[in-house]
Amino acid sequence: MSLIAQSGGFLRDRTGDSGCPSNNGICLGWMVDHLDRYWSPFLEHVVITLIPLTIGFAIALSMGLLAHRQKWLITPLTGFTSAIYTIPSISSFLLLLPITGRGNDTAIIALTAYTLVIIFRNVITGLAGVPQHAVDAARGMGLTNRQLLFRIELPLALPEIIAGLRIAAATTVGLAAFAYLAGAGGLGANIDADIDFRGNVLVCGVILTLLAATLDFIVLSIQRLLTPWRRAAA
Amino acid sequence: MIIAGILDTFGGAIEFIFQRRPSDAGTVEVGGLGEIVNLAGNHFAVSFLAIVISIAVSVPIGLWLGHLGRAELLAVGVANVGRAVPALAIIGFCVAFLGTGFRNLAFALTLLAIPPILTNTYVGMRQVDPELVDAARGQGLSGFQIVRQVEWPLALPTIFGGIRISVVTVLATAIIAPAAGLDSLGTPIFSEEIYGDEGVLGAAIVVALLTLVTDAGFAFVQRLVTPKGLKVVAREKRRPRLMPTSIRRVQHP
Amino acid sequence: MTRSSLRILFALLAVIVLGAFVAACGDDESSSGTSTPAAQPAKSGDVPAEEKAANKIAPVDGAADVALTVGSKDFTEQFILGEIYSQALLAAGYKVKKDLDLGPERIADAALRKGAVDAYPEYTGTSLTSAFGVKVAEVPKDPMEAYAQSKAEYEKVGITSLPTTPFENTYRLGITKKTAADIGNPTKISDLAGEAKNLTINGFPACRQRIDCLLGVEKTYGLKFKKFLPGKQKFQILNNGDADVTFVFTTDGELSSGKYVVLEDDKKVFPPYNISFLIRDEVAKKLGPEGQKVITDVQKYMTAEIVQELNARVDLDKQEVEAVAADYLKQFGFTS
Repeated sequence: MSLIAQSGGFLRDRTGDSGCPSNNGICLGWMVDHLDRYWSPFLEHVVITLIPLTIGFAIALSMGLLAHRQKWLITPLTGFTSAIYTIPSISSFLLLLPITGRGNDTAIIALTAYTLVIIFRNVITGLAGVPQHAVDAARGMGLTNRQLLFRIELPLALPEIIAGLRIAAATTVGLAAFAYLAGAGGLGANIDADIDFRGNVLVCGVILTLLAATLDFIVLSIQRLLTPWRRAAA
Repeated sequence: MIIAGILDTFGGAIEFIFQRRPSDAGTVEVGGLGEIVNLAGNHFAVSFLAIVISIAVSVPIGLWLGHLGRAELLAVGVANVGRAVPALAIIGFCVAFLGTGFRNLAFALTLLAIPPILTNTYVGMRQVDPELVDAARGQGLSGFQIVRQVEWPLALPTIFGGIRISVVTVLATAIIAPAAGLDSLGTPIFSEEIYGDEGVLGAAIVVALLTLVTDAGFAFVQRLVTPKGLKVVAREKRRPRLMPTSIRRVQHP
Repeated sequence: MTRSSLRILFALLAVIVLGAFVAACGDDESSSGTSTPAAQPAKSGDVPAEEKAANKIAPVDGAADVALTVGSKDFTEQFILGEIYSQALLAAGYKVKKDLDLGPERIADAALRKGAVDAYPEYTGTSLTSAFGVKVAEVPKDPMEAYAQSKAEYEKVGITSLPTTPFENTYRLGITKKTAADIGNPTKISDLAGEAKNLTINGFPACRQRIDCLLGVEKTYGLKFKKFLPGKQKFQILNNGDADVTFVFTTDGELSSGKYVVLEDDKKVFPPYNISFLIRDEVAKKLGPEGQKVITDVQKYMTAEIVQELNARVDLDKQEVEAVAADYLKQFGFTS
């Protein structure tokens, strides 16, 4: 008597067609039924995306303001951030492992670095792009440096800075998919665990795209709120 | 101690790049310039093909849409969100549907490279001072001539900014190539038990160097192609002036 | 078709197939002479009620004071094993934290030695060749000898290696049924001798240089393949014809679909690969003999067929690893 017959149903016969998931198809019906297994990794993904974006933005803005005042800093800082950017993201997760251990923290550090690079570039460009005549006019009106910054320079630089934040948001959502290599959570582990299963890869891709679209929309809305005088040009 | 360990591995990595040595599993020899050049060649070839194709696809579309001012949602919104699709998903999906190999991997990398280039081309075109475009139209230039003589040169820095971002992304992603049937500089990174920590670090260093050099190369080309007039304006912008300038800000990538 | 009618159809299909097997069975499933009647049900998953009742994991005294982190390597079978061991220890009352999916063996080994995890399941052959640098040719072919040697090596570095599982998960070469038909229906690796130069072989990237993978096959069998194609998605690659042969694991879930032919390792290139649960000495002491017995008991039914079934449930049926592990424990009465 064969093993399958003896097993009392524990060993299943898979020689026939075992259905869509076994053939690694797209299996929309099955995916809809099993969406709950993506919920918890999705939340983790959101966490390891939002934290680097917030911290990276704060650091990039500070660095950018500093470099704007102390112009000699621009070249070394730009060079430094460009150097970080050339480190492949996959490698950065693996390289940080022995230093900071496994877990979300390592991923967050690496992702903050990349976010910072993208936003810093745009902060510098944005501030440099403030028309000289506006600065001159403000000085002519007797504004102090701080007033100049908050009333003229930052508002005019805002679209460029926000553009950087939008790019950083989308990029971080994508890069966070590699965070699982460093022991963090996120949907990357889901993709890798069953990369043959087209439905799985598709659903993860769609979820992350929706996440990025939502973040993009939120950031864009903030920009429109803060700069009512401009048609938000990208 | 950690620092000493890191420096040690670093030294070993440099050695790995230049010298053949027995693998960590004690089997064949690995490392050395010959192998590195071979792997780097693959790595660069598939990346280069992807970049060239993505430029050929994205730039014309971005120029056209940017000139017309249409379809901002597509060119910017969709393209930007396209950056969020993880490289892993794109490659896994392509292997599942198309199979492995150089061509299919290049296709996947092309998809990855399109968003930044498309977005930046569109944005660069939109940034051009509308007064200049009107003036050109007033002089009787056709749409095509306007694009070529007015908008394109002014949009170039931004476009190149996008290209450089894509270059970095593609070169970094080509590390996963071994999982999709092509040996690249990712091979040592994925075969840690054979190549050892030195091999992993050495390959990562070579990728970083390759990226820096390529980025610098594109920066050089960008400077060559930027009209001299803009460079003068850029230089003058950095000097504080009392007289207002009337040309709007130029995008520095 | 509605889901429930689909289910009924599958159930009917299963019954018909089972019935056909029973009818066609007769004498041709005479098992090897060494297996005792008691071992048969265990192999297949059907366990008599008294045995099930005896298997129930009883809470261990003082277990609540023992906390440990259980890890695993980065593929399906390892996830399942990690889950089974963790859930078993939890049922006994221990405080278990799971840190599965550490990475390949080097990373898992390093994590264990450094104390980032307290335990993880490892294959004896892998321990010897990877963790202790034994040359593959010198690894004992007998599973018990390999375990003894591995256990002794681990003792020297402060790690306890518990007794092994009945199943071993080793490498074999796999081809599709169609390819097999095309090249004269080989049954063992030596049969590939004439054909190898026309075949593309696939393996994970490091396989090409490993003596317990392609390198060993080339040397021992004298085979020279047309091309080596690196890639992770081996069955996909076989299915779409990018490669003709690939390195499979003997307990791969996909093998139960019957679409592939697994070639015998007649020259015994591959070392034994039985699972032993590795624990750091301090934690092993805290677990004590009762804790360790929980592990060795729960392993009793891990035969190749059953482990392959568990793998298939995750890889083919796409069930959650936790659920599959829980079902295993319930099936044999370890938990209720």
